[in-house]
Amino acid sequence: MSLATEKRRTVRRASGTGPPRGTAGHGAWFLVLPALIPVLALSVGPLLYGILLAFTDAQSGRTAPTRWIGVLNFSDLLHDTLFWESFRIGLVWAVGVTVPQFLLALGLALLLDQDLRLRWLARALAIIPWAMPEVVVGVMWRLVYNPDAGILNETLRDLGLGDGRDWLSGLATALPAVIVVGVWAGMPQTTVALLAGLQNTPRELHEAAAVDGAGAWRRFRTVTWPALRPIALAITALNFIWNFNSFALVYVLTNGGPGGRTRLPMLFAYEEAFRYGQFGYAAAMGCVMVAVISVFLALFLVGRIRGGDDA
Amino acid sequence: MRTRPAARAGRAAQYTALIGYLVFLAFPFLWLLSVAFKPARELGSLHPTWIPKHPTLANFRQAFDEQPLLHAASNSLLAAVSAAVIAVALATPMAYVMARQRTRLARAASGWVVVSQAFPFVLVIIPLFLVLKNLRLIDSVPGLVMVYVVWALPFALWMLVGYVRAVPVELEEAAAIDGAGRLRTLVSVTAPLLAPGIVATALFAFITAWNEFFFALVLLKTPEKQTLPVVLTHFIGTEGVADLGPLAAAAFLATLPSLVVFAIVQRRITGGMLAGAVKS
Repeated sequence: MSLATEKRRTVRRASGTGPPRGTAGHGAWFLVLPALIPVLALSVGPLLYGILLAFTDAQSGRTAPTRWIGVLNFSDLLHDTLFWESFRIGLVWAVGVTVPQFLLALGLALLLDQDLRLRWLARALAIIPWAMPEVVVGVMWRLVYNPDAGILNETLRDLGLGDGRDWLSGLATALPAVIVVGVWAGMPQTTVALLAGLQNTPRELHEAAAVDGAGAWRRFRTVTWPALRPIALAITALNFIWNFNSFALVYVLTNGGPGGRTRLPMLFAYEEAFRYGQFGYAAAMGCVMVAVISVFLALFLVGRIRGGDDA
Repeated sequence: MRTRPAARAGRAAQYTALIGYLVFLAFPFLWLLSVAFKPARELGSLHPTWIPKHPTLANFRQAFDEQPLLHAASNSLLAAVSAAVIAVALATPMAYVMARQRTRLARAASGWVVVSQAFPFVLVIIPLFLVLKNLRLIDSVPGLVMVYVVWALPFALWMLVGYVRAVPVELEEAAAIDGAGRLRTLVSVTAPLLAPGIVATALFAFITAWNEFFFALVLLKTPEKQTLPVVLTHFIGTEGVADLGPLAAAAFLATLPSLVVFAIVQRRITGGMLAGAVKS
């Protein structure tokens, strides 16, 4: 894989200098339109339409015409303590998943970069969380957390660590319990990304540092991390965004319960839109989420540009 | 010589960490399997065991009896295959242009690819719901396919651009010098080299559509139209009380296709994704 990336890079360098080459010339529009039209019609369009809806009183199943109500939805949102509570939960969830995910994945990627015997097994197993439908991941962990028939409580009982509890229904345990699942589900992807980054750092630098007598920590800080930083920043920003927007996993695990303790913003907006039919209001929530996410998107873009320059 | 015990201790720590991770990774899945093959009697026991004492297929039979699983699987298959084929067919030409030309359009497109990863889907789904309702495409697999195609396009573009870049431009120029027309060059030089990447991208689009839940939940209402992930949630009752055995059996079955496909293309996917993610 690292070889392929290497090749790709040199090819791009070559084509990047001088005027554009290649065979796609004046007919390029015909090649672009087939993808461009559906994207504009079914994603840019709805996105703009969604932003417009946020300024209306649109509701599902109402016969009266939809009216333009300005920023009323947004000022209502400002006073909606339930929404801000779910927003806070969303941030706790996104940070709580993204940070351990990154740290564990970094440790693991460093491990797998070594010459260890169980690497193939790690690779094979990493496929499971990555390829599973989120709904199945949720179902699976419900079976693990099940208060009576679950393996977690049974293991705790075997170890003499109390009688176990109903993890997903406990007010205090529900959010940490779903965060563990989030970490589990996203770790392989992060690990593979970081591992690829590691494998692209030149070996000679490491060896030179080792000859100079640099310890493991210094080698990490002066050689590994600088090379890894762009990809680490990019993957962390993306992970944060994906986690903040996640839905299926928690929908299946707790459906936002108990008492709203795991009601992520997406779950809140989904209920608002498709249970209570408040389309305009839910669209306004979407807008607020976009605004917050943009900050992290900017981080990601910065990471990517820096990555392009450094490499 | 003096460093040897320390090095050995370091190795031991490394292996301990690795095994810890492998256990963390594997145990929920092994538990799913265990529950799926356990008879109801053992599932009711307060002291569940890892290995079923009397393994049975009854849960699988019961799962098919309780919910329209076959129907759901064929809906999922139809949606995922159509979405993958259409998305790749639309994305390949555009990816080619994006990879070979550095026009403003190509740059705007790759910017869009990034931004599209960040949508909270609720902002897109409400307008889509309204539009598809007006087109009478709500509660229909074709309507869902339309959404999946657009949803899969950015990522397909992302991966394909990387694959196109891996095809040396010099080969195309050589063919052009040899007198081959543009179409001829594309078909006989570029396409064969690109084929594995196109297949990998299509398979990845297949997996994402097969696994997708949110759009399917919102857009499909009648049980006969629903896809596998949506039908799976019906096993968990409204009160959250689930029939564990059939639930596990159905969940296991729903995972198999993507596990198999993913195992086949895993290496290519990671390569393609990273090429797109880090530089494009």
